[in-house]
Amino acid sequence: MKIHNTTGGRIFDAANYVFLTLIGIITLLPFIYVFAGSFANEAEITRRAFFVWPEQFTLGSYEYIFSTPAFIRALVTTVLVTAVGTLIQLAFTVTMAYPLAKRNLRGRQLILSLVVFAMVFSGGMIPTFLLVKDLGLLNSYWALILPAAINPFSLIIIKNFFQELPAELEESAKMDGATEIGILWRILLPLSKPVLATFALFYAVGIWNDFMSPLLYLSDNSKWTLQMYLRQVTASSDLLGTGNVDPNYIPPEQGIKFAVIVVATLPILIFYPFLQKHFAKGMLIGSVKG
Amino acid sequence: MSQLTDALASNIGAGEGAGTETGNAGKRRKKPGKPAKTPRGKFSVHFAHYKWLYLLLLPGVIYFAVFRYAPMYGVSIAFKDYVPFLGVNASPWVGFQHFQDFFSNPDFPRLLGNTLILAFLNLGIAFPLTIVLALLLNEVRLSILKRTVQTLVYIPHFLSWTIVASLSFLLFALDFGPLFLFINNVLGTNIDFLSDPAWFRPLIVLQEIWKNTGWGTIIFLAALATVDQDQYEAAIIDGAGRFRRVWHITLPGIRSTIIVMLILAIGQMLNTGFEQIYLMTNALNRSVADVFDTYVYFVGITQGAYSYSTAVGLFKSLVGIVLIFGTNWLAKRFNQSGLF
Repeated sequence: MKIHNTTGGRIFDAANYVFLTLIGIITLLPFIYVFAGSFANEAEITRRAFFVWPEQFTLGSYEYIFSTPAFIRALVTTVLVTAVGTLIQLAFTVTMAYPLAKRNLRGRQLILSLVVFAMVFSGGMIPTFLLVKDLGLLNSYWALILPAAINPFSLIIIKNFFQELPAELEESAKMDGATEIGILWRILLPLSKPVLATFALFYAVGIWNDFMSPLLYLSDNSKWTLQMYLRQVTASSDLLGTGNVDPNYIPPEQGIKFAVIVVATLPILIFYPFLQKHFAKGMLIGSVKG
Repeated sequence: MSQLTDALASNIGAGEGAGTETGNAGKRRKKPGKPAKTPRGKFSVHFAHYKWLYLLLLPGVIYFAVFRYAPMYGVSIAFKDYVPFLGVNASPWVGFQHFQDFFSNPDFPRLLGNTLILAFLNLGIAFPLTIVLALLLNEVRLSILKRTVQTLVYIPHFLSWTIVASLSFLLFALDFGPLFLFINNVLGTNIDFLSDPAWFRPLIVLQEIWKNTGWGTIIFLAALATVDQDQYEAAIIDGAGRFRRVWHITLPGIRSTIIVMLILAIGQMLNTGFEQIYLMTNALNRSVADVFDTYVYFVGITQGAYSYSTAVGLFKSLVGIVLIFGTNWLAKRFNQSGLF
């Protein structure tokens, strides 16, 4: 349908386009500034109020942070915890989703109700903390992975996905003598790659961005993740003074803050095209039912 | 992502109990009345038949029992004087003592005020802005522009609060932050955005808008796509302009989505976002920054008052549940569809 535009309509369109373009640019400006600042020297950062291109290009900030053991440790830790954690969380979720997709499994309805109940009600910060403490997981990386091993929302979507796969696939595999685990591993999982990729991203972003769990469970600063390190580096010393900080800490120069932010943001930006596509889809599954 | 995904999760959860497959009615493959091909007799037979499935179920069930349900039982320490070496069960019972302490504590009105003010600022500013942005995007017919703007405004949603806070620290920093210098040049005054209590709330709302407004439009854009196009043609023939079409067709068309999202937002109202507030809290702005979530952390984790802080957390959850059921009831009262 071609909508015939009035003059007023055209003016509105033009203003709207300009406005939205500005919104887009403003959203991006903080990144551009920090990205540019991470390649500038200290003098330029303090002298120039705002810039999107450094006058003097330098890798000094990156050289510095990549020569700091604490930063390297935090980065490597976070990459490993994210990779291992994502696999574990995905494994937990898939193995639970598969039996729950079998409609004639007894006890299924009860378990599903309990899962849904756990979506609405939770023990809260302190009881969960005490549990992790009692399990001896304080200052252990497992504390960043296990308490969030299954996201009930992801579990139910994966379960629904399994349920929709044609039953004939499994029946023929069963005739060939495949076990339930064999069916899951050799037939269902290969068919579910796109769905699994989506939820792997969900979990990975969750672990990478997590600040609360390391804050609660990792008091030993040699075990800190990138988000904890980032917070320590970027909050200037007078702003800290609340909670979990390393007392022997000397605040760094400006350029280093810029570089650490870029490193912490980069993986998210690299994966962003996938994230946007899959998350937007995940968001809409089951949400707008009518 | 927490707020919206949580919200959607509970939405899906609500549908689950009634009839699991309603969402995919078109693709349903199960034939109705198909007889169960499994032995329906004794449980032991059933169990033996499905032993592999039950084995697969085990890790998940253990997970839910340990990490989801054990802490729910642990909430009982809100009514006890929790002593770590006695454990949850053996700690002495004190009834509502911690709740009484909390309500008579001068912290209580301050926390309640801070939490509610932030909640209403987010609800009154960030929530309508999301709808406005969705409406503006919906009016764009140049699809490349629409897609580009969407791509840009979705980005901040994926960044951690640590990054958002760090960016704020740099942009608003005293003496050399670009926004500090900008205000200094234009108005000639120095504003200490980061530690002046008066600027705490505006900063929090600004961060929330920057991080989540763009992403929040997804739901509304999806709803907008379902509005009946014929109505627009009819309205154009009747001579309705752009704004009247938006007012009389578009907005009523997405009313139920707006109401559902509003109910969900109100239900999450007291969840001011622990990470965000914690990261922006400092020694100078505590008077306005302390909210229930961060108070539970400071009192519980850093001062070790486990029972008292659990009572505070439990109070907050109960109010949240009352809010969500209350709004849902109101929505139904006013003849809207509501959530459940």
